[in-house]
Amino acid sequence: MNFETVIGLEVHVELKTNSKIFSTAPNQFGAEPNTNTTVYDLAYPGVLPVLNKNVVEYAMKAALALNMKINQHTKFDRKNYFYPDNPSGYQISQYDKPIGYDGWIEIEVPEKEGRPGYKKRIGITRLHMEEDAGKLLHGDGYSLVDFNRKGTPLLEIVSEPDIRSPEEAYLYLEKLKSIIQYTGVSDVKMEEGSLRCDANISLRPYGQKEFGTKTELKNLNSFNFVRKGLEYEEKRQAEILMSGGVIKQETRRFDEKTGKTILMRVKEAAEDYRYFPEPDLVHLVIDDEWLERVKASLPELPDARKKRYMEELGLSQYDANVLVVNKSISDFFDEMVKLGADPKLSANWLMGDVAAYLNAEQVEITETKLTPENLAGLVKLISDGTISSKIAKKVFNELVKNGGDPEKIVKEKGLIQISDPNVLLPIIKEVLDNNPQSIEDYKNGKDRAIGFLVGQIMKATKGQANPPMVNKLLLEEINKR
Amino acid sequence: MTKLTKEEVKHVAHLARLALTDEEVEKFTEQLGAITEYVQTLNELDTTNVEPTSHVLPIVNVMREDVAEKGLDLEKVLLNVKEHENGLVKVPPILEEE
Repeated sequence: MNFETVIGLEVHVELKTNSKIFSTAPNQFGAEPNTNTTVYDLAYPGVLPVLNKNVVEYAMKAALALNMKINQHTKFDRKNYFYPDNPSGYQISQYDKPIGYDGWIEIEVPEKEGRPGYKKRIGITRLHMEEDAGKLLHGDGYSLVDFNRKGTPLLEIVSEPDIRSPEEAYLYLEKLKSIIQYTGVSDVKMEEGSLRCDANISLRPYGQKEFGTKTELKNLNSFNFVRKGLEYEEKRQAEILMSGGVIKQETRRFDEKTGKTILMRVKEAAEDYRYFPEPDLVHLVIDDEWLERVKASLPELPDARKKRYMEELGLSQYDANVLVVNKSISDFFDEMVKLGADPKLSANWLMGDVAAYLNAEQVEITETKLTPENLAGLVKLISDGTISSKIAKKVFNELVKNGGDPEKIVKEKGLIQISDPNVLLPIIKEVLDNNPQSIEDYKNGKDRAIGFLVGQIMKATKGQANPPMVNKLLLEEINKR
Repeated sequence: MTKLTKEEVKHVAHLARLALTDEEVEKFTEQLGAITEYVQTLNELDTTNVEPTSHVLPIVNVMREDVAEKGLDLEKVLLNVKEHENGLVKVPPILEEE
């Protein structure tokens, strides 16, 4: 029997505010343990929360960027649970009136193994504001708590069960991350926990309307692990169903070492959280003016930018996609184009040598010595024929490590491309004089001989000869002989 | 009127991480039962056309600007902490896997 996979994703995003959602403690990653708390965060008796206005603003911004509607009359609710990561015994969250609801994002699934590519809208059920809990570290025989994270503003973004494959899940997350990154409300760094993801997955026979029993996957610390965990779970559930078994509703942890999912606990029912309206916070009313102001403050989002790259700059759909996914790369590209660099050539550099370098070093472009100015300078030197693309790679290696002005580097290192026939001809003649066999080979129809000769000329000029010029002069010269 | 059951008391005690003895369960079922029964008097009112109240205050939008202030000093944070290690609060082991 064939099963249809149904996936829903729950994403938590930490907001990049100065202070926490309900207290004035700094909201900061990587501080010394338990130094960013107030009596409120530690839940001393009598403390009261005061809502950070910026959290509401950021939540609205994210919701609008995800094509959501805004609940203009909203409120907070109390979710009760006992756990050492939260001394108050409850989390302030939003239950029945999330600030954002009914949105969507579009993903583009590329063609694969004969299956054509397709576009798909994934619905987003809700987006709500809540506070994060403290961080638990597990020792031998005890656990340790750092309350710095307690009260960090979070957005919880819940998708509709519209996702039908681990690959779609991956693309949804990539797109969601990209959009949030563009709005600037979060760093969305999975490695720092500012973006976290839980996944729900169930199977059902094709054609069946009702969903099957789902399991929830936790500890998915990268988009790749989300994909792998879902692939494993898809297979595990199918095997159980095929052998006549039943899926139990449970929470499972993805184990990075084995690539398997492991049972964590049988899920508590929602009513066990005993939600009720938060008595310590008054209602929130967002008037039209505030809403319009936030709408107007939205920056250009990835889809719009992609369209601009294709229509105005003539980039291919593939190139445009690759560039816009990462905001810092895309911003960098925009700057280069503004400085007059050729768009296609700039895109090639960013997707080629720059991306390879960032990958190898595991750094962001903003952490390198590259600037839109110096890379645009390099691209211009290639465009106007001052240097060959081979030499450009040398200059790039210098730029990426030490920075500087590409024009200066080219001059100082004597890397300017030699296009002058008066300089090139004597070299070409000498190479020909030294390789009579190659001339004969060429005359006997072996075109490969030309490649060899060009190689010799490039070697003699330390790679600085202008290749098209060398080709032209070489053919002229060889035909004279 | 529904009566509070012992099972419900045990369940709520579990959610609050309270270990109750059989006698305590007995006692609290009676005491808590009396309270919930009293509150159920409210069910006698006809609230068909009344909007649910989720807050009693008539004010909205109490917010503060996003300004951070230095947190409590670590030594103060640890004043009421039984055991700690390198500034972290030590608690009994938490086992999530079953």
